[in-house]
Amino acid sequence: MPTSALPESGRQAPEKSRMSPKSVAIWSAVAALGALGWGVLALARGEEISAVWLVVAALGSYAIAYRFYSRFIARRVLQVDDTRATPAERLEDGVDYHPTDKRVLFGHHFAAIAGAGPLVGPVLAAQMGYLPGTIWIIAGVIFAGAVQDMIVLFLSMRRDGKSLGQMARDEIGRVGGAAALIGVFAIMIILLAVLAMVVVNALAESAWGTFSVSMTIPIALFMGFYLRYLRPGRVVETSFIGVALLLLAILGGGWIQDSSLAEYFVWSPETLVFCLVGYGFFASVLPVWMLLAPRDYLSTFMKVGTIALMAVGVVIAAPNLKAESVTDFASTGAGPVFAGSLFPFLFITIACGALSGFHALVSSGTTPKLIQKESQVRLIGYGSMLTESFVAVMALIAACVLEPGLFYAMNSPAALLGPTVDTAAEAVKNLGFTITPDQLTAAAKAVEEETLVGRSGGAPTLAVGMSEIFAGVFGGAGMKAFWYHFAIMFEALFILTTVDAGTRVGRFMLQDMLGNVWKPIGRVTWKPGIWITSALVVGAWGYFLYAGVTDPLGGIKQLFPLFGIANQLLAAVALAVTTTVLIKSGRLRWAWVTGIPLAWDVAVTFTAGWQKIFSDNPAIGFFALRDKYAQAIEDGQLLPGATNMDDMHTIVLNNTVDGVIMAIFLLLVLTVLVNCAVVCVRAVRATEPLPTTEAPYVESRIDAPERSEEPLVGARS
Amino acid sequence: MRTVRRVWGAVRWYARELTGEAECDRYCDRHRRHHPHAPVPTRREYEALRTLRREEHPQSRCC
Repeated sequence: MPTSALPESGRQAPEKSRMSPKSVAIWSAVAALGALGWGVLALARGEEISAVWLVVAALGSYAIAYRFYSRFIARRVLQVDDTRATPAERLEDGVDYHPTDKRVLFGHHFAAIAGAGPLVGPVLAAQMGYLPGTIWIIAGVIFAGAVQDMIVLFLSMRRDGKSLGQMARDEIGRVGGAAALIGVFAIMIILLAVLAMVVVNALAESAWGTFSVSMTIPIALFMGFYLRYLRPGRVVETSFIGVALLLLAILGGGWIQDSSLAEYFVWSPETLVFCLVGYGFFASVLPVWMLLAPRDYLSTFMKVGTIALMAVGVVIAAPNLKAESVTDFASTGAGPVFAGSLFPFLFITIACGALSGFHALVSSGTTPKLIQKESQVRLIGYGSMLTESFVAVMALIAACVLEPGLFYAMNSPAALLGPTVDTAAEAVKNLGFTITPDQLTAAAKAVEEETLVGRSGGAPTLAVGMSEIFAGVFGGAGMKAFWYHFAIMFEALFILTTVDAGTRVGRFMLQDMLGNVWKPIGRVTWKPGIWITSALVVGAWGYFLYAGVTDPLGGIKQLFPLFGIANQLLAAVALAVTTTVLIKSGRLRWAWVTGIPLAWDVAVTFTAGWQKIFSDNPAIGFFALRDKYAQAIEDGQLLPGATNMDDMHTIVLNNTVDGVIMAIFLLLVLTVLVNCAVVCVRAVRATEPLPTTEAPYVESRIDAPERSEEPLVGARS
Repeated sequence: MRTVRRVWGAVRWYARELTGEAECDRYCDRHRRHHPHAPVPTRREYEALRTLRREEHPQSRCC
């Protein structure tokens, strides 16, 4: 058993233990290394530093946090008990519930929480320099994100795998529960729209990208039929074939780009929106084996492979960070990528890499039903989230190795940059950075794209950064175009998997909600019901997607804050529910573990939401911008960004809708928070502990995992 | 050579577990224990069952 460095406070100490001199030495070295990384980051003034220091600071901090803080939470706060049977053991049915090896479950859980979010947010946040983003990604995950994931996982496990919505209803009450449920659905719609927009921005006008990403559909269909009819159940074999075909599709894209077929794959953003909406609809109504399941396998393989490749690339290439540590935009709030000052907007932009409310839905879904032993929530909940955070750190590095001039030329809204490389270079100069038109053309040519100007959304920037890093290690400058499109493909693959799975989940939620009003629509076997609800879900995110793509002021700049706030609000709901349950179960003295992140998250989201609604600065407030353009329409003038009166009306409409949505989100979450507060006060005042829905203790009959390793070799095929 | 085989075995085990390919074995074992006289489902039948379940229990993928 590893030993504890925490002072044993007597009473419920699971075992008396003191650290051996060897582990004291090892952990001191880890701490010193992490501190060295932070020291280099903090003391760098003006000169470029190597990205390796960022990796060292991150890994050192993660190791210390995992070893000490997660262990403290597991032992003191949650009081995990390995003699207690988990639902996987008690309710084992071979289908939903079965004890799963912790390393396998870690992989499952990580694949379910990791996606495009931690890749996109940090890239946009690079606007404020690498330091604020790094600090928040690392500190945020240690004290908020990973804590939330682990505790939600634990509480759900103690309740036989109940979902966050069910826990909210059972532990808080019906009002809070209903608000949480509607909030989850609404937030998911915005999330899907913004993620889909990232894909649209990455593929628009690019024959190579569009060809290779659209090839993923026939590849998935082929895998689906292969798995069902030719070689049932041979998932690993099928995935390898799929990955090989995928790489061929990327190479084929380069060939298509140079051939006369290219024009058939150069699509406008609007066309791509309709393709995505159609795709989402079919993915939701077709049987899962055809499209959804094979895509999921493909995406998991690519995810693990690419992330490993990226880590190797960063360490071997050891690129220098070209971005400043803290830019002026951090204090002025006048950055072109997203508006607003460091507090609160940095924290909602990074979103998934540090704290993600969406993970609470995954942590209270399938994973808790598969845990073998209670103490494993540490590895699976806390550990997976640390890994996700590391992905975010690498995305930040990829964005910061680019020349700042190129970064702003890619990520500023089109309205600011103008139509040509010359206007873009001029605009970048006005922002205080330099890049020549020739350099912009050369950068686009190196990755074989028409242009890189105004390719916002984060994905193209990450892809350029990754191609820079990868080309330094594998294949040299000649491979840049391949790596760029490899990165685009893998992000698009992630996002499309989220979009099709999300549409399906959304459809089930909607069927469930509407089923209360009109029975037939709730039946999951009634075809028209499936079609109607699927159409409603894709219609909802499709609307925001279309509005974002056609927004004259740049959809990412408008909608990304909404997405970030929504995700962090969901985290507020999850943290409020966990804090309430901790207090109800007599753990008031440990309530700060989730209470402090909750307070921080509420401060961030409500400040950001408040500013988005009430700020009179049109760059930040939705309604201020709306009023400005509405006034201009009355006066009959065109404002920057709009080329005609229709654009002006679009801007007014979009900002009204965004502002109203923002207000609805805040009100829903406020309802949950107030309801939680009432329950907490009642729990503190009560002389007897309030009833909770925790499943009663049953003694475990399986051995502690340390003693009974799954056989590594010998699983029969 | 033995180490290579061990590592390969471990990788293969992990990949099969992670993708759910190994679930069939576990299910059939269980089936044999609980219903010794009923015929064990074939791989094809099992996969049909598994996709049917997946059809009705969508799992969300995160951002």
